[in-house]
Amino acid sequence: MAQTHGVAALPAEPEKATLEGKNKLLAFWTFLGAECVLFGCLFATFMALRNQVPDGPTAQELFDLKTVGWSTFLLLTSSLTSVFAIMNMHKGKHGATQLWLAVTVLLGLGFLILEIDEFTHYVHEGHKFTSSAFGTSFYTLVGCHGAHVTFGIIWITTLILQGFKKGLTVVTAPKYYVAALYWHFVDLVWVFIFTVVYLMGKVGH
Amino acid sequence: MANAHAHAHAAVHHEPKRYTGLMDWLTTVDHKKIGILYLIAGGFFFLIGGLEAILIRTQLMYPDQKIFVGDTFNQLTTMHGTTMIFFAAMPLLFAFMNAVVPLQIGARDVAFPFVNALGFWLFFAGGVLMNTSWFLGGAPDAGWTAYAPLSSIIDPDGKFHGVDFYVLGLQIAGIGTLIGGINFLVTIINMRAPGMTFMRMPLFTWTVFVTSILITFAFPAITVALIELMFDRLFHGAFFEASRGGNNVLWEHLFWIFGHPEVYILIMPAFGIISEVVSTFSKKRLFGYSSMVFATVLIGFLSFMVWVHHMFTTGIGAVGNSIFAIATMAIAVPTGVKIFNWLFTLWGGNIRFTVANLFATAFIPTFVMGGVTGVMLAVPAADFQYHDTYFVVAHFHYVIVGGLILSVFAGLYYWWPKMFGRMLSEGLGKVHFWLFFIGFHLTFFPQHFLGLMGLPRRYFTYMPGFGLETGNFISTIGAFLQGLGMIVFLINIIVTARKQKDAGNDPWDGFTLEWTIPSPAPEYNFKQTPLVRGLDAFWKEKMAGNKEMTPAEPIGPIHMPSPSILPFVMSLGLFISGYGFIYHHYIVSGAGLVITIISMFLRSLFDDHGWHIEPEELEEHKGGKA
Repeated sequence: MAQTHGVAALPAEPEKATLEGKNKLLAFWTFLGAECVLFGCLFATFMALRNQVPDGPTAQELFDLKTVGWSTFLLLTSSLTSVFAIMNMHKGKHGATQLWLAVTVLLGLGFLILEIDEFTHYVHEGHKFTSSAFGTSFYTLVGCHGAHVTFGIIWITTLILQGFKKGLTVVTAPKYYVAALYWHFVDLVWVFIFTVVYLMGKVGH
Repeated sequence: MANAHAHAHAAVHHEPKRYTGLMDWLTTVDHKKIGILYLIAGGFFFLIGGLEAILIRTQLMYPDQKIFVGDTFNQLTTMHGTTMIFFAAMPLLFAFMNAVVPLQIGARDVAFPFVNALGFWLFFAGGVLMNTSWFLGGAPDAGWTAYAPLSSIIDPDGKFHGVDFYVLGLQIAGIGTLIGGINFLVTIINMRAPGMTFMRMPLFTWTVFVTSILITFAFPAITVALIELMFDRLFHGAFFEASRGGNNVLWEHLFWIFGHPEVYILIMPAFGIISEVVSTFSKKRLFGYSSMVFATVLIGFLSFMVWVHHMFTTGIGAVGNSIFAIATMAIAVPTGVKIFNWLFTLWGGNIRFTVANLFATAFIPTFVMGGVTGVMLAVPAADFQYHDTYFVVAHFHYVIVGGLILSVFAGLYYWWPKMFGRMLSEGLGKVHFWLFFIGFHLTFFPQHFLGLMGLPRRYFTYMPGFGLETGNFISTIGAFLQGLGMIVFLINIIVTARKQKDAGNDPWDGFTLEWTIPSPAPEYNFKQTPLVRGLDAFWKEKMAGNKEMTPAEPIGPIHMPSPSILPFVMSLGLFISGYGFIYHHYIVSGAGLVITIISMFLRSLFDDHGWHIEPEELEEHKGGKA
């Protein structure tokens, strides 16, 4: 009952209702700008070094687009579910918000498991972090993305857990919103990784 | 609704956690106190870096000396450069940003007071981590630019960890700088007082705004560069190792994609300080304000387009070199706009040569000299001759010491009363100015000619009989004079700190909002948020015959953020984790990271509702002041 009462009083866009919320959103967009530069530099490094394979298998011999396709499917779907979470938040439906965020986390976990499996497979094939500049730049770029996914999973899980206690308020709404933004960004980076690392690795030289 | 009400209720009656003494400084989230912390820490590192410079100059005073040779000399030059750029110049600018920007835009604090404190402690942790290397086997010795593959050489005995300290120290400090930049960007966009449009912002705030943008988009590049160097050094990566397909030019690109914007990050706020000081002490509003803003933004934009001019001799090729040469020369245009605007501001003004203005007016010709040698270096064919000689050393010391440090001193004498409530001694200040100014030119002017005669930078000695003796000797005497100037400045600080608070609200007859409130500013800055009615808000009111600003709100309770120890603990966690990585004790690294992550959890789980200062307390405060 307390929850419905709180929801009824929430403004239409609760994440922007307070100055703190507005600050947080603007800061986070700016931070994502900085993240673009970070990943941009990692991509540039990878592009410079991706054909430097004195020892070990090349990208073409290594990559299997089927596994990567499934990873892509999982991660892009999780982006969609995080949109559902925010749509429900805007409608004031806290329970559905939490539920869709939980689905997002599960899909993220699925992606992570596939990635770990993929990396293990590569190491067995002789594609290691230390084996070549290609290996080092590959694991750094894709691993940095994986670390972002991991951080996102922990973050959103924390938000879901505190959401049970705090409910949907003008304090928690910006947190949900910003975490969803982050999740979209991480997915967007994956689209570039899929293109630049995997597709170009298979067909481009 | 009921929920929100309960929150407000709780906040009003919540007893503020008040700490005193050391705990007050460790937990503060007040931008004015954080500004002072930045000033103390940055000043401390400035003294260390200065001491290293004096040792370098002592070794080079005469030919064939053997006081600091080989590795020791390399460590001195590396630590001098790195300390001065990252741990002295940057925090000194952050000191001004914190002390001045919220006051200039009529805000009660920055957008994220907690993040502000975290930024300071991360910078401080990084600086301390890196400087402890002196006692732990030796400091970094690959130059402040740490070019690979020199920087990726690992000591086979595992005793010397120099560059690891560089990598981890800069990484930790860099995170602090990045979040500081984002914080000020959001503060300036979202926290301005009513009526303070963008084109009514004081020029210092404008330059901090552009600097914050540069920080946000330049620092991630060095983050990546440092990650790559760290992975090569600690985990046997191959980024920069040619035998496994690596490419060391990659480091140069990443370093300078960061490094060139970095020098503009440093000089922009200096431009802002000079603009404030020159116009205040000419009793004239800044000439060409809008062209000043335009020039600031344009320089900021161009600063990302010129990094390859540090790499003309790397072998990029004629086309690449030419493009970057032209882009570099283009920066001279907006910079020239600024120089002329300052001159026209002074022109016909009622000039007062206070110490602040002495430093500011000395800045103008000095910086022009640094700029002219910059354009000379921008010509690739000529640069092949100048590259890695003392000509380059002279150039960048003219723009960084002659540009940035002179303006930092101008800013210190100008804003000291607002920060501490006391006026620095003008008499001692003049002694400080002349010693430092003459010492500076004695040190660096001869270095142009030493460079043209072929003396390479970073060499620990030279032979007699090549005409290099006189220039080096004069240069060393100049360095000693600058050191003397610094001692006079320290004496000035001590003398000032021991006297009664004597600064009024507006000791210089200023134009901007920070001069409308008591010195030092009260905890909440503005009892009532001011209404801004034009550029140079306070001057506007003075011209209209008003003694103070028109308030934009009635007097009411003021919401304040709670102090917190978490920023310090988070930074301590990364500090510990840094040592773990350096010594390959990954359990220690993990433990440090866990400390940081737990602190982040605590910050997320327990929302800070803050506390309120009641109107009665405000009245009391004001009564006490007047």
